[in-house]
Amino acid sequence: MAFWIASSPHNHQQSETSALMRLVIYAAIPGIFAQWYFFGWGNLIHILLAVITAIVAEFTVLSLRNKKITTQLFDGSAILTAVLLGISLPALAPWWITIIGSFFAIVVVKQLYGGLGHNPFNPAMAAYVMLLISFPLQMTQWQPPLSLLAMDIQLTDTLAVIFTGYTPQGYSVEQIRTHIDGFTMATPLDTVKTNITLGLTVVESMQAPTIGKHFGVGWEWINAGFLLGGIFLLFKKAIQWTTPFSFLLSLFICSFIGFIISPDSSTSTMFHWFTGATMLGAFFILTDPVSGATSVKGRLIFGALAGLLVYLIRKFGGYPDAIAFAVLLCNMAAPLIDQYTRPRTYGHKLGVKK
Amino acid sequence: MESVIERIQRGNFWQFHGGIHPPEQKFLTCTKPIASAQIPEQLIIPIRQHIGQAGDLIVKVGDKVLKGQELSASDTPMSLPIHAPTSGTITAIKSMAIPHPSGLSETCVILTPDGEDTWKQRHICPDFQLLSKAKILEKIANAGISGMGGAGFPTQVKVSTLAKIDYLIINAAECEPYITADDLLIQEHSPTILDGIKIVDHLLNPKNILIGIEDNKTKAIDALKKATADIDHIQVCVIPTKYPSGGEKQLIQILTGQEVPSGVLPSSLGIVMQNVATCFAIADAVINDTPLIKRVVTVSGQALEKPQNVWALIGTPVGFLTSQCGYNNSKNRHLIMGGPMMGFSLPHDQIPVIKSTNCILAPSEIEIASPFSSTSSKEVECIRCGQCADVCPAQLLPQELQWSAKAKDQPQLSKLNLFDCIECGACAYVCPSQIPLVHYYRVAKAEIRQQKLLDIKAEKAKVRFEARKQRLEREKIARAEKHKKAAEARKARMNAGTTAAKSEKSAVADALARVKAKKAQASINANTTDSSTESTAENAMAKNTAENTAEAVTQVDQIDESKSQVANAIARAKAKKLAQKNQAQIDSLDTLQDNESTSSLTSSQAAPVVIDKKAKIAAAIAKAKAKKRQAEPVSNSANTQADHIQASVIEANNVEATTEILKPEVHAKETAIDEKAHQAKDITSSGKINNSAEASENKQQSKPQPASQNDTLNLDRKAKIAAAVAKAKAKKLAEKSQQGSDATSSTIESNQASELTSQANIAANTVANKKARVAAAIAKAKAKKLAASSDKSSTSE
Repeated sequence: MAFWIASSPHNHQQSETSALMRLVIYAAIPGIFAQWYFFGWGNLIHILLAVITAIVAEFTVLSLRNKKITTQLFDGSAILTAVLLGISLPALAPWWITIIGSFFAIVVVKQLYGGLGHNPFNPAMAAYVMLLISFPLQMTQWQPPLSLLAMDIQLTDTLAVIFTGYTPQGYSVEQIRTHIDGFTMATPLDTVKTNITLGLTVVESMQAPTIGKHFGVGWEWINAGFLLGGIFLLFKKAIQWTTPFSFLLSLFICSFIGFIISPDSSTSTMFHWFTGATMLGAFFILTDPVSGATSVKGRLIFGALAGLLVYLIRKFGGYPDAIAFAVLLCNMAAPLIDQYTRPRTYGHKLGVKK
Repeated sequence: MESVIERIQRGNFWQFHGGIHPPEQKFLTCTKPIASAQIPEQLIIPIRQHIGQAGDLIVKVGDKVLKGQELSASDTPMSLPIHAPTSGTITAIKSMAIPHPSGLSETCVILTPDGEDTWKQRHICPDFQLLSKAKILEKIANAGISGMGGAGFPTQVKVSTLAKIDYLIINAAECEPYITADDLLIQEHSPTILDGIKIVDHLLNPKNILIGIEDNKTKAIDALKKATADIDHIQVCVIPTKYPSGGEKQLIQILTGQEVPSGVLPSSLGIVMQNVATCFAIADAVINDTPLIKRVVTVSGQALEKPQNVWALIGTPVGFLTSQCGYNNSKNRHLIMGGPMMGFSLPHDQIPVIKSTNCILAPSEIEIASPFSSTSSKEVECIRCGQCADVCPAQLLPQELQWSAKAKDQPQLSKLNLFDCIECGACAYVCPSQIPLVHYYRVAKAEIRQQKLLDIKAEKAKVRFEARKQRLEREKIARAEKHKKAAEARKARMNAGTTAAKSEKSAVADALARVKAKKAQASINANTTDSSTESTAENAMAKNTAENTAEAVTQVDQIDESKSQVANAIARAKAKKLAQKNQAQIDSLDTLQDNESTSSLTSSQAAPVVIDKKAKIAAAIAKAKAKKRQAEPVSNSANTQADHIQASVIEANNVEATTEILKPEVHAKETAIDEKAHQAKDITSSGKINNSAEASENKQQSKPQPASQNDTLNLDRKAKIAAAVAKAKAKKLAEKSQQGSDATSSTIESNQASELTSQANIAANTVANKKARVAAAIAKAKAKKLAASSDKSSTSE
């Protein structure tokens, strides 16, 4: 006989945060698949390690904070963070890199700031930057695409390298990275950067085996995979079009200007788009709502700023790729951007800054 | 630039920010005709069903009313009357739960229908053009019509605006899901609605009339287009379906591109909006003289067997309508008045339908989750996804509002324009974290309103306090001024020297003396404060001295009785004269005291008490002295003090005692010294300490005054006893002293006597009055003995 009293609205579109997170994880599958296809099992192992660590860390902190464990542990946010971290790490990085990174992302970057919704930085990128600065050697041992490797690396080999540092045959990571011709291979971005410092032009750099026909063996496909996933997310309205659009546009414009000014020392616009973590950053990292700007105008500024920073760091900075740094810097700027991009409320005068 | 009308004719509308597309669910009811009104067993009619004040009730319990009869009368534009929806009896007028989100109670008229449904006398007016505008407005007001779209703003206020109206907008958007009441009303009664529109047109004379209707009501659109086909300045505007396009501000923006400034009525932009149901009610009221007693209510929801639109009498309990539509959900009931977006849950099903009720929703649990299901209450942390800001039609930042509301940061909430929130619920609808955002805003708004009320209260209290402080200050100054004036006037009057003044003086003095005496007695009896102890001690000391003196006096008496008798008489006469003189002095003193500030009143009051008491004692002493002095030899003028006394005495009587002995003279001296010391301690009104003669005279004045005093009586009695004792002694002494008394013996004796006096003093100082008296008696005895012994010793010498 009881009557339920509730506040309006009584209707709800029944969307859930966890569903949103799941959707983002699903959208990352094409990219991850490309990663597996071109680089082997390494990243899948890292993703698995990161997810397990993240869940353990999340469980520990949630119990310490007396939170509702079942609902919050599986809201997908920690898993998503772990997946993104696992994707970003070098495929043959040692296992403890992932553990430390994942633990840092969840405990320090997310939970110590108050948990979901309260972290000012993107946990995956903050952890990545922490690892890159703390363990530069392990974090720069990028594995070349399988097709360029002198030896055939199977799941067991990858596992052995990650957990022991050597394949069962006794090859080290360095040896694996060595080309048939005897030189160590790097990522396309790395290659171009090194070559430019060596006085080679970009056109000459493009002849490098890691770059292949287009913008880097495998990398172009990985980026295409994430682009596909991003479009899927846009289609599902899980993310806003504004940030990826302004980010990619900004990067395009910057690289285009650079290319016009100095074609010899600047890579093409499409090279910037389809190498490194550009698409991952555009659709999966920068669109993280928690650490991003909120209004449409704010997101446009946020994305454009990220694009500019990525280009500047790639071109002039000490690191070959720049997504993580750019994202962290933009995260810092997000509250300020929000402050100055508040929309004009209906019925209030134009141009009145609140 | 193309005009608004051209744009509308091309079907090109503006857009408002945000908006959502919730499931419409209008199919449940939109194809069924409106069911006719049933009369329930009881009607509950709240006396206030609109925004504004309630009218005054003009019926009482037991009254029989006819259908359409006024139950309350309105006197101001913002109060509206209510009417009997059917004929019947008023069975109660009591406070009952009203349809409001708060669930609060308000006065309701309970009408028990008689089933006859007898109309009151009506005056049908087929052509409203014949009526004056004032008459039409009066009819609208008397029909109790308020906005029927939801807010319930009094209609006659809206249609009597003096502003120049460019656009009259008829709101038929009905954007809330489920609700089809307006849709059905248009389908079935478009001619009447058109009549209503024409009446409003006649009243406001707008340039254009725009009927805003969402494109999901095809039948209604057709009906309206057909009805308005031959009227040029009426445009039927078919707008895209989007919630909340039916909001007043949103519809204005869609149709005219204008934004209503915050905190301003649309009429300032030359826009007036009316709901279609209101137009129908206006037509009914003006043409058919039918007050607003029924309306179309959508009773919908999947928990009903027959969801449909019904004509419901105002005051019909919701439960009656739901049972009419086949509601049989016995447990986990959830009834919503209004739509699913902005409606409110009802605490029970005996809530009445009122003028602004457009929908009763009885959803099943699948439609709208209730707390009885496991899926409810899933609020999680905000992830700043910003979807709420994207759908907000007021372009607010719901998530930031939510944080500020949770933090109770009221300045920030105002900065974020919380009060521009129309509570449409779009933000909460889309929120993936399922945060009940609108609820947070409602709480925050209520808190801010409450805080404002408190602030106003505090401000008022402050003003009040300041005013009071100022008033008290003013009064104090005025009082001081008044007192000063009064004192001056009195002084002047007393100094005038007239008989009236004198009599006044004496009267005042008498009264003062009485008060003083009373006070003195009280202080003696209480004997607690320092001053009283002191005065008692002084009293005792004085008594001692007086006794000593009395002793001497008796001696003198013994020696020269006849002479002393004469002297007594003279002294009495003198004392009388002095008394008169002194009274005048006291008067002047009192006047002085009066002029003093009130704060020093107590201390100045204490002083006369002491003075008075002392005066009494002194009087006794002086009496004895005077007696003694008359017997004193004139030749003994070596002593200056004695000289003074003697001079006055001589002057007075001219009698000289030749048979003088030395001893009484010594006694007299001793007394004089005592008295001098005594006087040094007090500050008498005269203030002349050295002149003992005058001092003694001053004291004598108080002799007639305290005649009734116990103290004086005691003193007198004791003195008498002592005198009697002393008399016998003195006889003996006199004989002895006659022969050989010299200076040495007298000195010794005087020393001893003074010693005794000091002894008595100490005793009196430490103990109470009674004890002092006892001590005095002892001292007296001792003194006598001493005197005797000294006599002896002197004799032996």
